[in-house]
Amino acid sequence: MTDLSANQPRRGAPAGRTGGSLYATDARTRRRNAAEKRFRLYGMVAVAIGVAFVIALLSVILLNGTGAFQQSFVTAPVYLDPAKLDKKGARDIEDIKKVSTFGYSPLIDEALQTMLAERGIDSTFEKPKEYRALLSASAAAQVRDYVIANPGRIGETVEFRLLASSRVDGYLKGRVTRDSIARDKNISAAHLDLADAMVAAGMLRKGFNWAFITGADASESRPEQAGMGVSMLGSLFMMLVVLGLSLPIGVAASIYLEEFAPKNRFTDLIEVNISNLAAVPSIVFGILGLAVFIQFAHLPQSAPLVGGLVLTLMTLPTIIISTRAALKAVPPSIRDAALGVGASKMQSVFHHVLPLAMPGILTGTIIGLAQALGETAPLLLIGMVGYIASNYPQGIGSGFLDPNSAMPAQIYEWAKRADPAYYERAWGGIIILLLFLMTMNIIAILLRRRFERRW
Amino acid sequence: MPVLWLILIVIALGGVGYFLGRGRALGSAGGDARRLHSLPSYYGLNAALSAGVPALLLLMGWLLVQPLLIDSRVSGMIPDTAIGEGSNLSLVMSDVRRVAEGLDLAVQQGAITAQEAGTLSPETTDIRELLGRVGVALGAEVRPEVLTAAQRYRVLSGTGRWLMTGLVLALALGGLALALARTDKDFRARNVVEAGVKALLILASTIAILTTLGIILSLIFNTAEFFRLYPALDFFTGRTWSPSFGGGSELGILPLLWGTLYISLIALLVAVPIGLFAAIYLSEYASPQVRAIAKPMLEILAGIPTIVYGLFALLTVGPLLVSVFGQGGLLGVNWMQGGTAVMTAGLVMGVMLIPFVSSLSDDIINAVPQAMRDGSLGLGATKSETVKQVVLPAALPGIVGAILLAASRAIGETMIVVLGAGAAAKLSLNPFEAMTTVTAKVVSQLTGDADFASPEALVAFALGMTLFVITLGLNVFALYIVRKYREQYE
Amino acid sequence: MNDMRILERSVGIKEVKISARGCQVYYGDNHAIKDVDIDIEDKTVTAFIGPSGCGKSTFLRCLNRMNDTIDIARVEGTILLDGEDIYDPKVDPVQLRAKVGMVFQKPNPFPKSIYDNIAYGPRIHGLARNKADLDEIVEKSLRRGAIWDEVKDRLDAPGTGLSGGQQQRLCIARAIATEPEVLLMDEPCSALDPIATAQVEELIDELRESYSVVIVTHSMQQAARVSQKTAFFHLGHLVEYGETGHIFTNPSDPRTESYITGRIG
Repeated sequence: MTDLSANQPRRGAPAGRTGGSLYATDARTRRRNAAEKRFRLYGMVAVAIGVAFVIALLSVILLNGTGAFQQSFVTAPVYLDPAKLDKKGARDIEDIKKVSTFGYSPLIDEALQTMLAERGIDSTFEKPKEYRALLSASAAAQVRDYVIANPGRIGETVEFRLLASSRVDGYLKGRVTRDSIARDKNISAAHLDLADAMVAAGMLRKGFNWAFITGADASESRPEQAGMGVSMLGSLFMMLVVLGLSLPIGVAASIYLEEFAPKNRFTDLIEVNISNLAAVPSIVFGILGLAVFIQFAHLPQSAPLVGGLVLTLMTLPTIIISTRAALKAVPPSIRDAALGVGASKMQSVFHHVLPLAMPGILTGTIIGLAQALGETAPLLLIGMVGYIASNYPQGIGSGFLDPNSAMPAQIYEWAKRADPAYYERAWGGIIILLLFLMTMNIIAILLRRRFERRW
Repeated sequence: MPVLWLILIVIALGGVGYFLGRGRALGSAGGDARRLHSLPSYYGLNAALSAGVPALLLLMGWLLVQPLLIDSRVSGMIPDTAIGEGSNLSLVMSDVRRVAEGLDLAVQQGAITAQEAGTLSPETTDIRELLGRVGVALGAEVRPEVLTAAQRYRVLSGTGRWLMTGLVLALALGGLALALARTDKDFRARNVVEAGVKALLILASTIAILTTLGIILSLIFNTAEFFRLYPALDFFTGRTWSPSFGGGSELGILPLLWGTLYISLIALLVAVPIGLFAAIYLSEYASPQVRAIAKPMLEILAGIPTIVYGLFALLTVGPLLVSVFGQGGLLGVNWMQGGTAVMTAGLVMGVMLIPFVSSLSDDIINAVPQAMRDGSLGLGATKSETVKQVVLPAALPGIVGAILLAASRAIGETMIVVLGAGAAAKLSLNPFEAMTTVTAKVVSQLTGDADFASPEALVAFALGMTLFVITLGLNVFALYIVRKYREQYE
Repeated sequence: MNDMRILERSVGIKEVKISARGCQVYYGDNHAIKDVDIDIEDKTVTAFIGPSGCGKSTFLRCLNRMNDTIDIARVEGTILLDGEDIYDPKVDPVQLRAKVGMVFQKPNPFPKSIYDNIAYGPRIHGLARNKADLDEIVEKSLRRGAIWDEVKDRLDAPGTGLSGGQQQRLCIARAIATEPEVLLMDEPCSALDPIATAQVEELIDELRESYSVVIVTHSMQQAARVSQKTAFFHLGHLVEYGETGHIFTNPSDPRTESYITGRIG
């Protein structure tokens, strides 16, 4: 068969082509195959870059954020000196309340000093006041709250678990180093020496930071005290508004558009509006909320109710689009069957089509809610930002109407603050936020899997 | 909260109506449901809807209109002399509302009696101190005009409230009575209820139009107000952006537009090649296993809130770039002064847009019929030749549409630029410099302590308007292209 | 050996172009083609007939390795083209497909101009040295595709704007332009009206002069009209293969007879 090629001079074939053995790759094909390999490689690189970004992003979040779930505490027995806390000795709660946190600070300073002396830890400090930098400014308030709640224990020595200051906390977590505090007037190297000794003596240790998950925002200078709890409630109330409004309105609108709407100018206008609203930047919805709900309707600023209303308008297109897809997926035969036994159009929709489309609708709603939960920009404009998530709402009504923040806005607030200790909180807040989003998405996926129907 | 109570009462009336209507219909048929025109529950629903829906609609409308009417009535009472230098009517009105609110609170907390609230005068009482005690802090002493206006405001809104409560309840009861009166066994309850429900469905679907209308109106009114205070020509052609709340601001949009476009351009330069190649690889080359892992991985990027990207830009990417391009960095060049820069925001925004571009392109590439690919492969083309010369040209309109949608996203993105791009408005070509964008300035002009009537705050609406028009144009155009493209292969 | 061939050709027996032995195709777990042996001759129209789902298209797609593009498809056995195994790892499917062109069931012109549709193959395979060369190839291919007169004035118009029959002839011309040795046609007329079908069938008959043409068809009349050899496939088996006249008048297998007389199909 060696003579095959000689046997096949094709008619009029341009030079350099055909007739050659299939086993021999010609130069042009080799070049083309190389180009093919390169092209394929570009694709692989693109996917790899994308995946690498995901991994980088998630690991940066975990690396920086897990620290927020740990907090350093100093365990110290504090002598609740009656001479200072209740001078009259009558244990009258009103008298006790008159002593401000400034009255408590010296007790704590002394408690630290004596405790260190007992354990034989040397310190270069002369005044008890100098120990204060080790502890959070909230320590005095913590002791005071305890005393007001248990006035009977004045005169006893009570063991407290006090928050360490954010610098000490940062030192234990490796964020603060001896170099970084060189020009820091809040703490000195001597404090860090002391912290080392206290860790060795078991007086200072890290524990799980429940307060971060349940607590309120704290002032600029007390990052060790700041928590997400209140803004989580803010998000919760907003989501209640969004769910309560966007689900019924979205489903009603979709039912009309998908099942009843005639094909005319008006419904066309609605359709165009919905698809465009889905692509309007979220900040524009913030402007809308500010102008309509706050300036025009005088609803309270920074209220989760307003935030919820804005996010509802933003989420509606998403919910309408997915609801319509779910309704469309129900085959016409179901409608015909219902109509065929004498049901009205309305009955066929509400009795048959809607229940069958429900899993799809819920999936879309959850995904819409997840989007709304992570949205920040519009909330900034209606004032749900700043140091406002510092009080728990008093009840349901206050939860909707009192100024509050939301999880993403709280994270933004922390990211803007100067103290790097707040960055850790911001990353930690992101972990909490992402956990919520992940849970919602997993529920949506499970719903879809569980109820997915092929017709 | 009386409005909440009112709503609950109306809903309760509706609930009562349901059972009454149902019972009455059954009664008229002698207890035999088969003799009714419709199912008994429709008679109940008819009564419930008649009681509830008109009353609640009236309530909503009233709540919207009442403040407007009262505002216009009360603002007529304020003489021009009461409007101080650098102030305007809407500012004074917000003072009036605040004082009125404070008086309400004071009455509620028992600091003064309702009688006193109506007759207080600034000569005899320190209003500011009084309101301060009940938790309403005022910036300045209350002037007599403002106080009288506030008292008038209280009276009017008080009467309005009573009127509203009365009318809403009357309407609810009237609707209920009417529905019950019409209820008998031959009444076509189902048809009436269905017509009512359909009206509600239509109402729900008009919310989309109302939202767009709301956006446009709130932008137009405030933008017009801004252009009254600041010349439109200067706004659109000004090359300096330096707002100062003391007055004498220069509010040119050009540096902001430049920053926006520059950052969007960098974002697209990152997102389009990566997104497009990823889409091509995943739809044309990847094995099902790779696809099953890589696709959801990329989609994670789409599910991450933008605040996370903003933080990533501010705290991770910015410092990283400085350590490469900054002073004493890896490259030994000193191009970058701080972490916030066009590059930082652009890169991170690009990452955010990767899944957006790739999933849109994926849809579009998959819409190209397999027969095209077969035709090309059957002629002996390699896969890449098929993609480059047949699939991509065929998909081009769709891909252009997808890129335009991505561009619109980039232009409207806020959190990444607020945190990552910087605050200085600059017209510069250096991508390592901090610049700012339209969206970032909307946030900063509206979140400060500025009063809403100053040009420095109102400019945010003009910026929002510009943003809205640009993104709307891009979206409409892109959606049009994509739809045309889809139709081609359907 | 050379002499032998000349002798064979002179007495009208064509040389074997494609030869399959023990060919098996699996789609995942589905055994689609079962142990097919066949010799396809040069300068002959060979028709594959059989009921739908019998595997005739699948087997056709093995002949230029189009099945490679389907992830779950797996081919076993040997298929020789001019004595060379096309599934040999050394063989580049791209080179193979240049030699074995294909025309599909539905006309699938690219969304490009008529000229670019034809020039696509020659361009990727580098068959033209310059523009004049390319023009010549395009004209020659369109002429051979029997569509030149209809489109010569609008070569820049999009190929998708032609009628169905014109599109299919354009696709045939496009396949010819790469100078293949074998043309595979997968039900090329199933989407065409009778007049367009007649034109394409006439074209196929002309193509026999220069190529080995393999055509899959669900129409027995068409097979009878255009082919010299016919292969009947049933449930993945090659049931019978022989002269077209012989198969249609005197089938040796009862299954072939049932199909031809319309009892199965």
